[in-house]
Amino acid sequence: MTDAAISLPRAETVPLTLRLAVRDIGGITRRNLLRIIRTPQLLFMSIIQPTIILLLFRYVLGGAISVPGLDYVDYVVPGIFLEAVLIGGMTTALALAQDLQAGIVDRFRSLPMARPAFLAGRTLADVCRSVLALAFLIGLGMGVGFRFHNSVGACLVGVAVIIAFGYAMSWVYASIGLAVKDPQTAQMASILPMFILFFASSALVPVSTMPGWLQPFARNQPATVTINAVRALFEGGPVYHDLWLSALWCAGIFIVFLATSLSLYRKATA
Amino acid sequence: MNAEVEVEGLTKRFADTLALDDVSFSVQQGEVLALLGPNGAGKTTLIRVLTTLLAADSGRARVAGLDVRKDARAIRTLIGLAGQYATVDELLTGRENLELIGLLYHLDKGVYRRRAQDALERMSLTGAGDHLVKTYSGGMRRRLDLAASLIGRPPVLFLDEPTTGLDPRTRNDLWQLIEELVAEGTTLLLTTQYMEEAEHLARAIVVLDAGRIAAQGTADELKDQLGGDVLEVRVARRADLDKAASLIAGLAGALPRVDADLNCLALPVNGGPRVLIAAGRALDDAGVELEDLGIRRPSLDDVFLTLTGHPAAPAAQADDAGQPARSPEAGR
Repeated sequence: MTDAAISLPRAETVPLTLRLAVRDIGGITRRNLLRIIRTPQLLFMSIIQPTIILLLFRYVLGGAISVPGLDYVDYVVPGIFLEAVLIGGMTTALALAQDLQAGIVDRFRSLPMARPAFLAGRTLADVCRSVLALAFLIGLGMGVGFRFHNSVGACLVGVAVIIAFGYAMSWVYASIGLAVKDPQTAQMASILPMFILFFASSALVPVSTMPGWLQPFARNQPATVTINAVRALFEGGPVYHDLWLSALWCAGIFIVFLATSLSLYRKATA
Repeated sequence: MNAEVEVEGLTKRFADTLALDDVSFSVQQGEVLALLGPNGAGKTTLIRVLTTLLAADSGRARVAGLDVRKDARAIRTLIGLAGQYATVDELLTGRENLELIGLLYHLDKGVYRRRAQDALERMSLTGAGDHLVKTYSGGMRRRLDLAASLIGRPPVLFLDEPTTGLDPRTRNDLWQLIEELVAEGTTLLLTTQYMEEAEHLARAIVVLDAGRIAAQGTADELKDQLGGDVLEVRVARRADLDKAASLIAGLAGALPRVDADLNCLALPVNGGPRVLIAAGRALDDAGVELEDLGIRRPSLDDVFLTLTGHPAAPAAQADDAGQPARSPEAGR
C-alpha cells in the first residue's frame, strides 16, 4: 500500500448508478460461475438426477403409459427438461444458505455494492448452470428417440420458456435458502416444491388420469401450464392459452419472490 | 480531533435477550479501541450495527460523521470489516477474492488490480495469491481477510476477533500488520476475548458484559479501578485449597478466585506488604503448606473478573470448579 494516505473523498459518495449495479451483478455472477466450475460434483448431481428420471420413464415405466396423440417419449421428455431446471434451482437455495453460513454475506452486505446484485448474480449463475444441464438433456433426449416436430423458431421459444420458468423459480429457491439459512435444511426444504410441482403436473401423465380432487390444482399450477406450452411449442398444437398462463405465473412468481428474497436478504444474519 | 465512531445509548434486543443495553462510547480519529468481552457479550452485535448490517432498536451511532441508519450506503464506502464472521470465498483464489471486493467497492479495474497485488505483497501472500483459498492455512486466511478489508482503503476499520483461534506466532504477525495500519492513520475498532490483545493493540478499552459496558478506560486506568494489588497464593496440597480460600477471604472481605488446576488463589487486596504478611501468618498458623505467596500488579484478567464475575476468555481457564470472586449478578 504505497499511496496509503487515508484521504478518501468523504463528503461525496459515488452515487449508485444503474451501470455500477450491472457491474456488481457481473462481478457476483462471475464469482458464482467460478464456484460452479470448481465444484463439478455438484454440476454432475444436477444432471444425473433428471437423467435417471428420463431413462426411467423412457424405458422402464413409459411402456405402460399411453397418451393420446403423441409418442410417449415426445410427451415426457419436455416435462423432464422442466424438471431439470426445477432441480437446478435447488442449488440456488443450497448455495445461498452456504454463503450465509460461511459469513461471506456479511462481507458483501458491508460493501457499497448494490445489494440486490448479490441475489441477481446468484440466480443468473444458476440459470447458466440450468442451460448447461438443459443442453445435455436435449442431447440425451434426442439420443433416446425424442424429436422436435415444430419449426426451429417455435422450438427456440420453447427452450426460452423453460429457462424463464427456471429463472422465476430460482427466486422461490432463493427465498427458501435465505429463510432457512442452513444448507442441509435448505436442500430438504427445496425438495418439497420440486416434488409437488413436478409430480402433480402434466409432466409424466395427462392430468385427466389423476383423481378428481387433484385435477383442479394439477391442471392450473405453473409447471403444468408451462409444460403444456413447451410441449405444444416443440410438438405442435394449440399453444397460446397455456403460454399466456405460464407467462403470468412466471411473472407473478418472479415479482413476489424477488420482493421476498430482497426483504430476507436485507435482514439476513449469519 | 474528531470522533470517528460515536455510539450513544445503543440498545438491541433479540427475542428474550438484551444484546446491547444502553451502550455509549466514542473513538477518536486515528485511535484504536478494543471491545473486550466474553462470547455473548454483544461485541459482534455492536460491530454489526456499526457496519450497517443490523439496525439497533434505539440509540444513535455515527461512523465517519455519518448516521448508520440514514447514511448506510455512504458509510459502506468508508469502512472495512474483517474477522470471525466476515469471510473470504474458499473456492476463489486469494487474488480473485480481493479483486471481487475491489470491484464491489466500485473501484476502477486498474485500481483494484493494483491494490489486490499490493495487498497480497503486504500480507506475504504473493506466492499463494493464485491458489484457491481452501488450500490456505488459518493464518493465511486471516491475512487475506484483513487484506480484503483494506482494498477500499477505508479510514475506519472494524476487526471482529481478528486473531481468535490463531497460534501465538501467527497472532503476533497479525498484530504487527494491524499496528502498521494504525500507524498510517486508520481508525480501528476491534473486538477481542483476549486481555493481552486489547492491551497490546488498543489505548482505549471498553469492557462489555452481557450487553452492557462494565467499564471503560486505558488498560492502566482499568487496573487502577481495582484499587490495588492482587494477592496470589499457591498451596502445596489441593485439600488445603478451600481452607486457604476462607482464610484469605477474611483479609479482604471478598472471596478469592480459585484455580483448582494450579492450586492457586487470587484476591484483589489493598495494603500491599501488610496483607501479604497477614496472609502468610494466617496460613502458616492454620498449617497450610505453601508453594508460593506473593503480591502482584493486577492483570486485565483480574480486572475483567472483578468487573463481570467471570473470566473473559472461555476455553483458557474456564474451570467451573473455580469459584468466581463475585457471582455474575453481583457484578452488574
